[in-house]
Amino acid sequence: MNIEKAILAVITVNKTKVTGGAPIFLCENKDEMEKVAANLEAIIDGISHALSDELYIIVKH
Amino acid sequence: MNEYILPIAFGVTIGTIARFIMLRTDYRQYPTYLHGKVIHLALGFIAAALGAVAIPAIMEKEFTAVTFLTIAASQFREVRNMERNTLVELDSYELVPRGNTYIEGIAIAFESRNYLVIFVAFVTTLTYIALNWWGAIIVAILSFLFIRRFMSGSTMKEIVDIEQKDVHFDGAGLYVDNIYIMNIGLPDRQKEIAQYGMGFVLTPKNFDVRSTIANLGQRQAILHDVSVSLGVFRDSGTPALVPLIKRDLDDGRIGVFILPQNQDVEKAKKIIGAVPVLENAIRMPSESKVSKKN
Repeated sequence: MNIEKAILAVITVNKTKVTGGAPIFLCENKDEMEKVAANLEAIIDGISHALSDELYIIVKH
Repeated sequence: MNEYILPIAFGVTIGTIARFIMLRTDYRQYPTYLHGKVIHLALGFIAAALGAVAIPAIMEKEFTAVTFLTIAASQFREVRNMERNTLVELDSYELVPRGNTYIEGIAIAFESRNYLVIFVAFVTTLTYIALNWWGAIIVAILSFLFIRRFMSGSTMKEIVDIEQKDVHFDGAGLYVDNIYIMNIGLPDRQKEIAQYGMGFVLTPKNFDVRSTIANLGQRQAILHDVSVSLGVFRDSGTPALVPLIKRDLDDGRIGVFILPQNQDVEKAKKIIGAVPVLENAIRMPSESKVSKKN
């Protein structure tokens, strides 16, 4: 089986919300979270998706 | 001089001219380079020669000569493979790829045009021998008109109504009208999309069309043609900025989200309307036995 989509990174300001396999980036506030997400998106060619206001994931499509 | 020289020369010339007429370089920009054209003109010349010698061969009772046509068939199938391979290779370097359905359509066109050339050369030589030279000229003109009609299929504007709709966000969700397109997380990206994005909704004119425009290859063809004609606000390494088409499951409408560099709405509508309906995407559910009974 080929995995076509994968969560490459999780960026959050609320560490109680996430756990598990992908690298998790904890941020102090929303601004920092957006900056980290933008950088990661550019670096790993994925797309930042917002699951909620305090949780972003980078997905490779 | 042999009595067949003139009819054959005439048939070959007309056939090659026919190939030249069918070899247009338009917005698809393919084949765009001189060498690509030379390949197809040369193959067209060979096809014309094959069509032209068929009648004299039969008149000389050389019936086995017909087997040459089978060699021609496999030769031109090779043309189709060649075109397909080239286009698939190039497709991975396109910002908005053509998609395999579109490529297959182009490859089929290249193969079938050679058969049309054989046909044209065949009928013109036949009339030259059976009637005379001016009869052959009339037949040549008629067959030019025939192939012109034959080579253009239908376009999107004949099967769908095209309307411009606003592009908006609901939270992180990007919508065209009420059709969900994708999730865009970053506020910066959302701003870019709000600035450059354009949305259109294509409403199918009948039930058959629903399945045709639902075809992923047909959708990719629309995106490719629009991006070629209007430019695209995209680069490698910006996967979030991608033109997309999604479907409204309730009624089969499709929402087209594009990021054109040329923000001309009327032009975009015309371009979407002029996208060819791909042969491989056409479905006719209304022609099935079950629906005919009702």
